Amino acid sequence: MTLMKKVLGTAATLALTAGVATAEPAIIFDLGGKFDKSFNEAAFNGAERWAQETGGTYKELEMQDEAQREQALRRLAEAGSNPVVMTGFAFGDVLAKVAPDFPDTKFAIIDVDWLDQPNITQIAFTEHEGSYLVGMMAGLASKTGTVGFIGGMDIPLIRRFGCGYAQGVVAANPDAKIVLNMTGTTPAAWNDPVKGAELAKGQKSQGADVIYAAAGGTGVGVLQAAADEGILSIGVDSNQNGMHPGSVLTSMLKRVDNAVYDAFTKGTALEPGVTVMDLAAGGVGYAMDENNASLVTAEMQAAVDAAAEKIKSGEIVVHDYMSDDTCPAATF
Amino acid sequence: MDYATLLQLLDTTLRLATPLLFACLAGLYSERAGIFDIGLEGKMLMAAMASASVAFLTGSVWAGLLAGMAASLVLAGIHGLASITFRGNQLISGVALNFVASGVTVLIAQRLFGQGGRTPPLAGDARFSAITLPFAEELRGVPVLGPLYAEVISGHPLLVYVALLMVPLTWWVLYRTRFGLRLRAVGENPAAVDTAGISVVGLRFAAVAITGILCGLAGAYMATALQAGFGREMTAGRGYIALAALIFAKWRPVAALWACLLFGFFQALALRPDVVEAVVQVKVPVPFLDALPYVLTVLVLAGFVGKAIPPRAGGEPYVKER
Repeated sequence: MTLMKKVLGTAATLALTAGVATAEPAIIFDLGGKFDKSFNEAAFNGAERWAQETGGTYKELEMQDEAQREQALRRLAEAGSNPVVMTGFAFGDVLAKVAPDFPDTKFAIIDVDWLDQPNITQIAFTEHEGSYLVGMMAGLASKTGTVGFIGGMDIPLIRRFGCGYAQGVVAANPDAKIVLNMTGTTPAAWNDPVKGAELAKGQKSQGADVIYAAAGGTGVGVLQAAADEGILSIGVDSNQNGMHPGSVLTSMLKRVDNAVYDAFTKGTALEPGVTVMDLAAGGVGYAMDENNASLVTAEMQAAVDAAAEKIKSGEIVVHDYMSDDTCPAATF
Repeated sequence: MDYATLLQLLDTTLRLATPLLFACLAGLYSERAGIFDIGLEGKMLMAAMASASVAFLTGSVWAGLLAGMAASLVLAGIHGLASITFRGNQLISGVALNFVASGVTVLIAQRLFGQGGRTPPLAGDARFSAITLPFAEELRGVPVLGPLYAEVISGHPLLVYVALLMVPLTWWVLYRTRFGLRLRAVGENPAAVDTAGISVVGLRFAAVAITGILCGLAGAYMATALQAGFGREMTAGRGYIALAALIFAKWRPVAALWACLLFGFFQALALRPDVVEAVVQVKVPVPFLDALPYVLTVLVLAGFVGKAIPPRAGGEPYVKER
C-alpha cells in the first residue's frame, strides 16, 4: 500500500511538473483577424519569431465576434496556457473580470494601461509620437496641402493616432487642412475594406493626396483605393510599404511583435504592471525600405529624424489625446 | 453643399448602388416566379470569393467573372432543388445557404491562399478597370451637365453600365416577351400556367438560374471592381438591403433602379457625415443613416407609402395534384 502511495505520489508529482514544463503560451487575436496586414499580424509575427527561435509551440485563437471574448479567455486559461497574451483594448474589461479567477496564470494585454491586478502585464504604446512623425512626412509630401486620416473604430485610442498625426502635419505645414473620418463605432469597423476604400475616395475628392489609415483590416481597402486613385497612403502597425510599392509613403510602426515576443520569452516570469513602449524605447517609429525610397526625399527624412530626436529628448512634447480627451490640432 | 460635393456623392452612389441593383433584379426574377430568395447575400458572397480567387490564379478578370457566376449558380441550383423539386421551405433554404456561404467562402479562401480567408490583392487585368465614356473630357466644360457626365456617369467599371442596362432589359423581358408573361403568371397562379401545358418547374428553375447569374455579377463586381479581392463577409448585408429595395420597389424593375439608387445614396451619405451635418445643421449619427433603408422598407410594408403586394404564389411550392 505504501509502495502504491509512493508510486502514485511520484506519478502525480511528475504529472504536475510535466504540466508546468509544457505550459505553452497562448495568444488571442482581435476581430481584425490574424492576417489583417497590420495590428494583429504584427502580433502574429512576434509569436512566430518566438516559436522559430525557441522551437516552442503556442496556442492561438481568432475572435469571430464580441460574445466570444470571455469564453475564449477562460478556455485558454483553463487549458493551462501560460502566459495568455491578447491584442487589443477591447479585452480590457473582460480580462479584469477573468484574471482574478486564474491567479496562477499570467496575462499580458496590449493597448491597455488601466488595470490593476497582480497577474496582468499591460503594454501600451505611444502611438501619438509615431503618428506625429508620419504626420510630418504627410505634411511634407502633400502637394495639395490637404491630407486625410481614416480611423477604424471611433475610440480614444484611435483618436490618439489621429491627434498625433494632425500635430505632425501642422508642424510640417501650418496651413494644411486635415480631413478626418472614422469607419464606424463597432468592432466591425476593424475589418471593412469596402468602406475604407470609399472613405479614401471621398477624402481624395475633398483634396487629400496623402491618407493615413489607422484602421486594422479596413486599411487594406484604404491603401488599395489610394493606389487606384494615384495618391499616397500611410500604413499602420506593421510595415505596409510593400503592399503597393510606390504608393505607400511610409508606415507608422508599432512594435506589437516585440511586445508579444518579449511576453512569450519571459513566459511565466512576466512581471505585473504597465510597460510603455515609446519612441525612445523603439516601440513606435516609421518604416523606410526599398518600396518607399523613391517617395521620401532626403530632406523629408532629415526633418522627420530631427523631430524624432527632439521627441526623444523631450524638446517636443506630442499631445496625447487620451490624457484629456482634447486635441490641439484637430476636432473629432 | 456645393455642386462638386453633390457630384462626388452621386458618383459614390452609383458605385455603391450597382451591387444592390444586380441583387435586387436577381431577387425580382426569382420572386416574380414565386420563389422567395433570402439567399441573395450568400450567393453574392460565394461569387465574390470564386471570382477573386480565379481572377487571381488566372490573372484574367473574365475567367473570374465566369467562375463567380458559376459558383452563384451552384447555390441557386441547390436552392431550386430544395424549394422547387423537394418543395421545401424557401425561407429556410435561403437562410441555410447564407450560413453555408459565410463559412465555406472563408474556408476555401484560407485553404487556397492561407491569408486568413482573404484573397491576395488583384492588380492589372485581374480587375475591372474604370472606363471613360466617349467625349467625357470634351464635354466637361459644358455647364452643369458636363461635369455630371464626366464625373458621375463616366469613369466606372464595365459592370456598372451592365447593371444599368439590365433594368430596361428586365422590363422588356418581363412585360414584352412570352417568357416574361409566363414567369409572372407562374408567380401569381401556377395552376393556370400548368393547365396551359407549360412546365411550372421548368419556368421556376429558369428564374432561379437567372437569379444565380445576376447574383454572380453582383459578387464579382464587389470583389473585382469595387474592391481588389475578397474578404470575409465582404458583402456586409447588401443582399438583405437588396431585398428591402425589392419590396420598396414593389417587385417592378424600373422602380427597383430608383430604390437601389436611393439606398446607395444613403450609403454614400453615411460615408460623408460632414456633408449631412452641413445640410441639416444637426449631427446625425452614422448608424441612423445605415438603418434608413430598413426603416423605409418597414414604412412601405406597413402601408404608409402605397401598398406592397408580393406575387400571390410566392413562397408556396407548387403541387400538381393532391
